[in-house]
Amino acid sequence: MTGNRKPLLASDGLSKLFGGVVALDQLDLEVFPNQILGLIGPNGSGKTTFFNVVTGIYPASGGQVKFDGADITNLSTQAVYRAGISRTFQRSRLSLSLSIFDNIMIGNHKRLNQGLWFNLVRRDAFRREFEQNFEEARELVQVFDPPLAERMFEAVSGFPMIDRRRIEICRALISRPKLLLLDEPSAGMTHEETTELMDDIFKVKERVEDLTIVIIEHEMGVIERITDACVVLNFGQKICEGTYQEVAQDSQVQEAYLGVE
Amino acid sequence: MSARAWLVPLLPGIVAAAGVTVYVILLLVVESQVGIAALLVAGVIAVLVAARFGAAARVGAVFAERDDILNLLVILAVLTVTGFFYEDHFVLLMVATVIIYVIACLGLNLQFGYSGVLNFAGAAFFGIGCYTAAVLTKNTGVPHLVVLVAGGVMAALIGSFLLLPVLRTHSHYSAVVTIAFGLLFKIFLEVNDTLGGPQGLRVDGMNVLGWEFNDNIEIGENFEASFYVNYIVVGLIVLGFAFAFVRRVERSWIGLNLDAMRLDETAAASFGLNITRWKITAFTLGNFLTGLAGALFAMMLGFIAPTNFTFGDSLILVSIVLLGGIGNPWGLVVATVMLIIVPEKLQAIQEYRFLLFAAMVILILLFRPEGLLPRPLRTYIPGWKPK
Repeated sequence: MTGNRKPLLASDGLSKLFGGVVALDQLDLEVFPNQILGLIGPNGSGKTTFFNVVTGIYPASGGQVKFDGADITNLSTQAVYRAGISRTFQRSRLSLSLSIFDNIMIGNHKRLNQGLWFNLVRRDAFRREFEQNFEEARELVQVFDPPLAERMFEAVSGFPMIDRRRIEICRALISRPKLLLLDEPSAGMTHEETTELMDDIFKVKERVEDLTIVIIEHEMGVIERITDACVVLNFGQKICEGTYQEVAQDSQVQEAYLGVE
Repeated sequence: MSARAWLVPLLPGIVAAAGVTVYVILLLVVESQVGIAALLVAGVIAVLVAARFGAAARVGAVFAERDDILNLLVILAVLTVTGFFYEDHFVLLMVATVIIYVIACLGLNLQFGYSGVLNFAGAAFFGIGCYTAAVLTKNTGVPHLVVLVAGGVMAALIGSFLLLPVLRTHSHYSAVVTIAFGLLFKIFLEVNDTLGGPQGLRVDGMNVLGWEFNDNIEIGENFEASFYVNYIVVGLIVLGFAFAFVRRVERSWIGLNLDAMRLDETAAASFGLNITRWKITAFTLGNFLTGLAGALFAMMLGFIAPTNFTFGDSLILVSIVLLGGIGNPWGLVVATVMLIIVPEKLQAIQEYRFLLFAAMVILILLFRPEGLLPRPLRTYIPGWKPK
C-alpha cells in the first residue's frame, strides 16, 4: 500500500550509544505521510530514545534521519520543530503554574512574532495577534473537549491527567506540524480515559489535513485500534513490522514480550 | 450619576490605598520605639483581618480588573507622603531610596522572577551604575539624564562578560558565578586607585537643564521643600517607565518565553525556543535596570564607596524579590517598603537587620514560598475577556 510512496520520516542505520549501552542499534524505520505508526516494544527497547534523537535532544551516534526529503540528523531541537515535527513527552512536561492558553502558545513559538519592538511597543498589533491565536487555540481545544475551551485562562495544575494530555497534544498541534510524535499518551490514565483520548486523536486526525503520527504505546488495545502499521523494537533493533495483527502473530515479538520458555 | 457608576466599583481599592497611605505616614511620623512596634503589630493584624473577612480579596479583584487605577493610586500615595513630609530630609531620603531599590529589583525580577537566571550580584550591577555616574559627572559634561542611561548601559555591558559562564552553567552553578563576580567587583573597587579605592568617590548632584537637584526647592518667601523631592519626582518617572516596561514584557510572548524557559528548558527548546537568546535578553535588560537605578542613587547620595556594594547588599535585593512574590512587580514594592523603612524606624533592630531579613526569608520560603503577594496568572491584555 505504501510501497511506492516517499516516506515522510526515514531513519537509516540510526544508532545511539550511552557509554557502552546500545539504545538504538542500526535502526531503519520509515513513516509514510498520513499514516499512524505505532512504535512498540518492551521497556528500554529504545522507543523514547528514537524520539529524542529525531527531535535533536540527543545527538545520534551514527546513521541518518531524513524528514520530508531533508537531512535532519543532529539538527538542534529548535530546528527540528521549525521543520515541522512536534512531540509530547512521556512524563507530561507542561508548565503547571501557567494557564492552558500559555501552555498551548509555548507550542506555537514559530508562528508568533517574537520581536522585542512588536511585543513591547506595538501593543495594538500584539493585541490582534493575541486575539487571533486565542481563537485558534480555543477551536483546537474545542475539538478535544468543549468545556475545557471555556477555561483557557486557568492554571494547568488544577486539571486532571486526561485534560493535561489533551492540552499537551494541543500544544504540539497548534503550530500545524507535519509529524506528531506521541510518547505514551495513555500513561497515568484509566482505561476509559485512554479510550476517550484516542477518540480525540481520531477526531483531530480527521480535521487536520496531512498529519502523520508516530505513537509509542504500551496499551495494545490502543495500538490495535488506531495504528495503520506497527514497528516493534527490542534492544534498539527493529525486530518486526507490519499491521498490528501481523505483528502480534510474530514469534519474535511474543518472545520479546513474554520471554523464552 | 455616571461619575458615581464609575466610582463605586473602584471604592474598595480607593479606600485600601488611602488606608495604606495613612498607615505609612503614621509609621514615618511616630518616633517612639514602642509606638512603632505597636503600629507594626496593628498593621499585621489589619492585614490578617482583611484577609479573613474577604476584604483583601475584594481589593485584589478591583486592582486585577483595573490596574491603571492601581498605578494612579500608588503614584498619588507617594506624592501625598512626599507632600506631607516636604521638608523632612530623613524621611524623603527613605522614600527616594525605596523608589530606587524597586527599580533595581525590577531588573532582578526580569532575571530570576521570569527567566530563572539567578543573579546574586545585584549590588555589583547597582554599583557599576553608581561608579559610572561618579566618573561621568566628575570628569565629563555629559547631560545627567544621559548619565542615568549610561549607568544602565555600563551595567548591561559589563554583565555581558558574565554571559558566557552564566549560559554554560545551570541554576546553582550560575548563582555561584554571579556571587564570585560580586566579590570580585568589590575587591576591584577597593584596590583601584582611579576609582577612589576604599575611600570611594564623590558624585555630583543631578542637574537637568540648569535645575540643580541638590538645592532645596524655594517657592516665594517662606516655602522651602527638601531637595530630595527632586529625586523622588525623577525616581517616580523612571520607575513608571521601568514598571511599564517589565509589565509589558510579562504581558507578551516574551514573558511567556521567559516563563517557559524557567519552568522547563527542554520542553521550551522542543518548541523552538532559543534558550541562549532569551537568557541573554533577560540578563542584559535586568542589569540595565539595576545599573540605571544605581546611577540615580549615586547622584542622590553624592558619595559612594565599595562598602555600599557588598554581597550582603546583593542578598537584600534578592530577599526583596523572594519576599514580595517572585515575578510580581507589586510584591516588590511592598517588600521594599518593609525592608527599607522598618529597620530605619525601629532602631532596636538596626543592628540585627540582616538577621531579621534572613529569618523573614526563611519563614517565607517555608510557609508561603510564592511570596507575600503571589504572582497571578498572566493577563496579556488587562480587562480583556474572551468573546
